[in-house]
Amino acid sequence: MTVGVSVDIHEKSYPGHSGARPVTALRNLRACIAPSEFCVITGPSGCGKTTLLNIIAGLDRDFAGALSFEPSDRGAPRIGFVFQSPRLLPWRTVRENVTLVLARDADRMDLEGLLSDIGVADVADAYPAQLSGGMARRVALARAFAIAPDLLLMDEPFLSLDAAAADRLRGLLLRLVSTRPATVLFVTHDLAEAVELADRILVLSPAPGRVVAALPITVARTGRRDRDALAALRAELARIAGHPIGPKYSENSIFTAK
Amino acid sequence: MAWFPAPLAGRAASLLSLLAIWEAAAWFAHSRLFPGAGAVLATLVDEAVHGDLLHHLGATLARVAVAFTLAMALGTAIGLAMGRSRAADTLLDSGVVLLLNLPALVIAVLLYVWLGLTEAAAIGAVTLSKLPTVVVTLREGARTLDRDLADMAESFHFGVWRTWRHVTLPQLAPFFLVASRTGLALIWKIVLVVELLGRPDGIGYAIQVFFQLFDVRRLIAYALAFVAVVLAVEWGVLQPLERRLARWRR
Repeated sequence: MTVGVSVDIHEKSYPGHSGARPVTALRNLRACIAPSEFCVITGPSGCGKTTLLNIIAGLDRDFAGALSFEPSDRGAPRIGFVFQSPRLLPWRTVRENVTLVLARDADRMDLEGLLSDIGVADVADAYPAQLSGGMARRVALARAFAIAPDLLLMDEPFLSLDAAAADRLRGLLLRLVSTRPATVLFVTHDLAEAVELADRILVLSPAPGRVVAALPITVARTGRRDRDALAALRAELARIAGHPIGPKYSENSIFTAK
Repeated sequence: MAWFPAPLAGRAASLLSLLAIWEAAAWFAHSRLFPGAGAVLATLVDEAVHGDLLHHLGATLARVAVAFTLAMALGTAIGLAMGRSRAADTLLDSGVVLLLNLPALVIAVLLYVWLGLTEAAAIGAVTLSKLPTVVVTLREGARTLDRDLADMAESFHFGVWRTWRHVTLPQLAPFFLVASRTGLALIWKIVLVVELLGRPDGIGYAIQVFFQLFDVRRLIAYALAFVAVVLAVEWGVLQPLERRLARWRR
């Protein structure tokens, strides 16, 4: 069962190192993500996107504000996390990396099916150092889906892959989410990626981050590869985010400008 | 692949040529004080079968085992604490530096003076001499632990035991191996000194006796017996363990 997420963060700051002033990463950030929603979070570098995911994952409890999941009566939700780098254990095989996250042996029933769905069954006995970047990311994806997550947190999971590989993995992710439903929070800089995947895009401000715009994508996923539709969505997104799009901005991102 | 053992034939050849050089040198020296390899090996076998060699060897090995285990366990615990907590590091650092630079001979003499010529003093002295190098090595290991992998383990609810076994321990394994290897070499040298100073048995004690008798043949035979055991541990335990732990590396 998928869960909804509500966050209301008054302030999250990091202590400054050796006498430096503390850095405020997030301030007055409010967001509600509906069950089964595919929500993409985007914003300029350093606006606290990763911090937000860490707070939702429970890795960071040192913040002022509230975090809740709905329905709230079912206890802690199962959260799958796909990090920016695959973060596999190099001394464990692919299969061991995936089974290690399972609490009980009984959960292993469908594991082989999952491994072959994700295309890593053939390398299940290999060590991560033997895998290509794309394969390592597939394994990270398999690990997150192995726990049958209610909520999937993804922090630029396809960064530094070549375009074709990233494209295949996005397709795989959409197929997986359609057969194994989960609420998804997906952080990316890549606007085309955001538009391709999202039900709704949340735009964060520069640090300290807060939500400055929310853009529901109503076009069906199949229509999003159309250049004109994409251009219109990009323009719309740029307009509500308050950032101009011009030639000095890179093709894929409105945020990485110098 | 540097961790593969040299082929057995090469190893045997190098051992045999050493023995040949030894034998030739002894033949030229032609002295009771420089026995040849054959004479020493014959003495070694004779002492093992009829003499006290096995008794002394056993006593020394038992001391090495106890001191090694104590030094590794305590040193690992202290090293991990110092690597992970700045307060522990500040508190214990000067003690570690002091021990690191205190000669083993001084530690042994002091402990014999304070605790008497006892087994506890002997093993304590060896353990204390080895302890600081284990601490320093494992502290380095604890400092290099990967924060990202720890976060991964926490987000997937690994819990204390699974995190220790699958995330932390494999990262510490190389440091643990280095500490064991240098530890074994250091400990058995110190054990002999401690035995020579104040124990009624052990290889160190036997060497003292043979030194007073100028019995070089037995002296070398006893030392060789111990070297053989250390080599067996190195080839039979440490190197296979190292290969096993490194098999995930490309």
